[in-house]
Amino acid sequence: MTILTNKADKVDRLAQLTQSTESVSGSSLWREAFRRMRSSKMAIIGAAIIAAFVLVAVVGPMLAPHGATAQNWRSEVFPNQGKFVGMRGENWFGLDHLGRDMFSRWLVGARQTLLVGVVSMLIGLVVGALVGVLSGAAATLGGKAGQRVDTVIMRFTDIMLSLPSLLLAVSIAAVLGQSLTTVMIAVGVVQIPIFARLLRGSMLVQGGADYVLAAKAVGIRRKRIVLTQILPNSLSPVIVQATLSLATAIIEAAALSYLGLGNPDPAVPEWGVMLSQAQRFFDNEPMMAAYPAIGIIITALGFTLLGEAMREALDPKLRG
Amino acid sequence: MSLLSVEELSVTFTARGRKDATAVDGVSFTVDQGQVVGLVGESGCGKSVTSLALMGLLPRKGVRIGGRAEFDGRDLLTLSERKLRDMRGSQLAMIFQDPLSSLNPVVPIGIQVTEILQRHRGLKGEKARKEAASLLDRVGIPDPTRRLKEYPHQLSGGMRQRALIAMAVACAPRLLIADEPTTALDVTIQAQILELLKELVDQEGTALLMITHDLGVVAGLCDEVNVLYAGRAVESAGRRELFAHPTHPYAHGLLGSIPRLDAPRGEPLNPIRGSINDKIAWADGCAFAPRCDHYTMECLTGTPELTEPRAAGHQVRCVNPVLPTAEVPA
Amino acid sequence: MLRLVVRRLLQLIPTLLGLSVLLFLWLNRLPGGPASAILGERATEAEVARINRALGLDEPVHVQYWRFLKRIFELDLGTSTQTGQPVWDEFALRFPATVELSVAAILIAVAVGIPMGYLAAKRRGGWLDVASVSGSLLGICIPVFFLAMLLRGIFSVELGWFPSQGRLTTGINATDVTGFAVLDGVLTGEFDASWDAIMHLVLPAVALASIPLAVIVRMTRASVLEVLGEDYIRTAESKGLDKGTVRGRHVLRNALLPVITAVGLLTGSLLSGAVLTESVFDFGGIGSFIRTAIDGRDYPVLVGFILFIAMVYVLINLLVDLAYSIIDPRVRVH
Repeated sequence: MTILTNKADKVDRLAQLTQSTESVSGSSLWREAFRRMRSSKMAIIGAAIIAAFVLVAVVGPMLAPHGATAQNWRSEVFPNQGKFVGMRGENWFGLDHLGRDMFSRWLVGARQTLLVGVVSMLIGLVVGALVGVLSGAAATLGGKAGQRVDTVIMRFTDIMLSLPSLLLAVSIAAVLGQSLTTVMIAVGVVQIPIFARLLRGSMLVQGGADYVLAAKAVGIRRKRIVLTQILPNSLSPVIVQATLSLATAIIEAAALSYLGLGNPDPAVPEWGVMLSQAQRFFDNEPMMAAYPAIGIIITALGFTLLGEAMREALDPKLRG
Repeated sequence: MSLLSVEELSVTFTARGRKDATAVDGVSFTVDQGQVVGLVGESGCGKSVTSLALMGLLPRKGVRIGGRAEFDGRDLLTLSERKLRDMRGSQLAMIFQDPLSSLNPVVPIGIQVTEILQRHRGLKGEKARKEAASLLDRVGIPDPTRRLKEYPHQLSGGMRQRALIAMAVACAPRLLIADEPTTALDVTIQAQILELLKELVDQEGTALLMITHDLGVVAGLCDEVNVLYAGRAVESAGRRELFAHPTHPYAHGLLGSIPRLDAPRGEPLNPIRGSINDKIAWADGCAFAPRCDHYTMECLTGTPELTEPRAAGHQVRCVNPVLPTAEVPA
Repeated sequence: MLRLVVRRLLQLIPTLLGLSVLLFLWLNRLPGGPASAILGERATEAEVARINRALGLDEPVHVQYWRFLKRIFELDLGTSTQTGQPVWDEFALRFPATVELSVAAILIAVAVGIPMGYLAAKRRGGWLDVASVSGSLLGICIPVFFLAMLLRGIFSVELGWFPSQGRLTTGINATDVTGFAVLDGVLTGEFDASWDAIMHLVLPAVALASIPLAVIVRMTRASVLEVLGEDYIRTAESKGLDKGTVRGRHVLRNALLPVITAVGLLTGSLLSGAVLTESVFDFGGIGSFIRTAIDGRDYPVLVGFILFIAMVYVLINLLVDLAYSIIDPRVRVH
């Protein structure tokens, strides 16, 4: 165990804990988990938040009462000594420093935030899963050479995990320049090693399980064992992690935006960008920061609650 | 007078959102000074819960305890937490089933022994260490001074159980409760540990409550035996009497299900049908009835009383006891 | 023990080498490369070629990599394009502020998190349990910089209880000895300066503590719950030990093992958080410096910082491993 693998070990342990080594067919495992989640307050609140967020993100921008960049006259923005107008009938959230309707921008921002969250999670999930499957398959079935491949891949993920994720994202953003794509890639790349580790770890647990041994003994081909037995049974921790990482992706994207690496296009504001623009005016008009911040916090909370509830529902120790 | 007299002890687990589960349902037995008493039964019959209830080790929340358990004239079940703490380890001590998980993995054996000496006998520093070493020596651990500095994972299974026994007898308790003390050990070690327990009990005059599912242990060690089924004693007798004349169909079946070397070749074993989950509530009748070969409609009319159908002091809770054919009442 | 340290250090070598390769590649991939970073984006091709030659960038890659490694070993991280000073000197100047902030944050997180996690586990389902579980979920979900903005807005701008920026009030009489403002005040007897530094620390430290606090509460709670169900706790109770002994020697000594590892793992996210928190409070540590380096595309500073953080992270984890091996006898033997 190297020192750097500590975080990695934690991910592996998570894979272990969220796993039972029984050969339960994926569907019954999930049906059982779903049944338990229906009675969990955490899961219900989380799912409700997510549903509301997705609805706002999909439908909201179409219902926005004003354009995201439409400016009111400056005189209206600062009617008396730099005070913001605040909430009023036609601008529910008031106007921002450039006289734009904050409610409309907030609705557009919801969609951008969802987009960033989902796309970066998918980048992490897809690439990470590929790396993880490769590594896991090599380790369980590849013999000596396979184990070497696995070691090299895992060493590489260790290095990535040892860097604070925000700095990793910053360095990637530095290469790619300032844009929405940059934020998505940067946040997504940070998630790759986590997914890779998780899937590999859970495949190793499954690979050592009795039913796999049995399948080997009966002479089923290795590739078939991986695809039909090990992989389906290894997916549950990955799905839990995907839900949780939607929350981290949204928070991390906000941090990148705050550091000035977010999407510079004013027409498609993202909550993180709105938040970072609001900082200068925080002492005068804290609500300008509060709207996007509350959006971020509640959404992240929704994904975290659902993810945690799923993890609990899938935990074999609690299954009864 | 008995050292410990348990009357109608009942323990019910009342977890919120779940049906109440009664683990012990009116157990009564007594333990005299210097006596070895066995509580025998299958797993799930309530024998471990009984011992935890006596020690006051059950959680306070979600558990309802009824009945009385008089120890030396005081009811253990209603004693305050503080008084109970003073008695545990000094007057009452306990040995558990799995010696590895029962020892703290990150604290040296020595400290785990001296802490009890310090708590109840006020021994400190070098004095406590000396006493601890002599205790380990007494339970047959070689090179005790070195072992004091070692951690549980460095000891073998038998050694660990010896260390736990050393802690239990450290303050010369009047009653020792042993909950399946040999189940997790190799057969050869089992015999050694039983021998050790016997020795300690004989020397000190300590009473021993032996909780086990192993009839071999009972045969070798116990003076009195209580057979438990579904949280209630169904038969109580002296060891010889019980082994010679098991009278409750359950005890009868339990003894009958042991393979015998002197049985004729090819004779099938006689297992008891079903499992402990096939039971009815004692309030409705005999809990063993669903598995019993002898049951009649009478068995299903309320809890059977304890009777002495065969000999004085041999109590059986059954309306259709197994008696020699000639003696069956008409 | 020594053998353990040596072995751990040796195991680090491949990891650090891998990291250096990554960084080297990254540095060469930067838009326009180092030349345009130095010259700005309007450099002519001739100028770029001249700089490349001067920097040795026309040589083969492995030669360049070797030189890169050698410079790292000599602690030569290059020159900041913003200040013109060596990156290493800039770090050395600002590091104490960040260390002070991080230590304060970890202290808060540990001092509040462990008792809270313990009590939550002990009274599972009670109001404290519910509050600490939901509080820690919320703590993970609040962006650190927003929390910092919020704290600053409420407690310093509105209520005026704490200063709103910097490490020391300008004009206060403080002698710089170690660079750690609180410690300096104690060493030189300027206790008012110490107090002033502490007041400046409170809000940023609380903001920075939010994530480690949330993690520690959750870990401690889960860990204590697990330990409370262990057989050896029942043994300890059966010995009639007093509550304090059971809690300290038997419950906490076991339950805190995973928490110690978690604290080590948190240093990485702590440094990320420091970048964000420091820039809200204009704290003047490495974090604030990095913020301006990101704005100014000051690549030598960024590269240096990543390497630096990797080393700090590695060192702290080494210490955690060693601490772990002292506390947990099972690790010591193997």
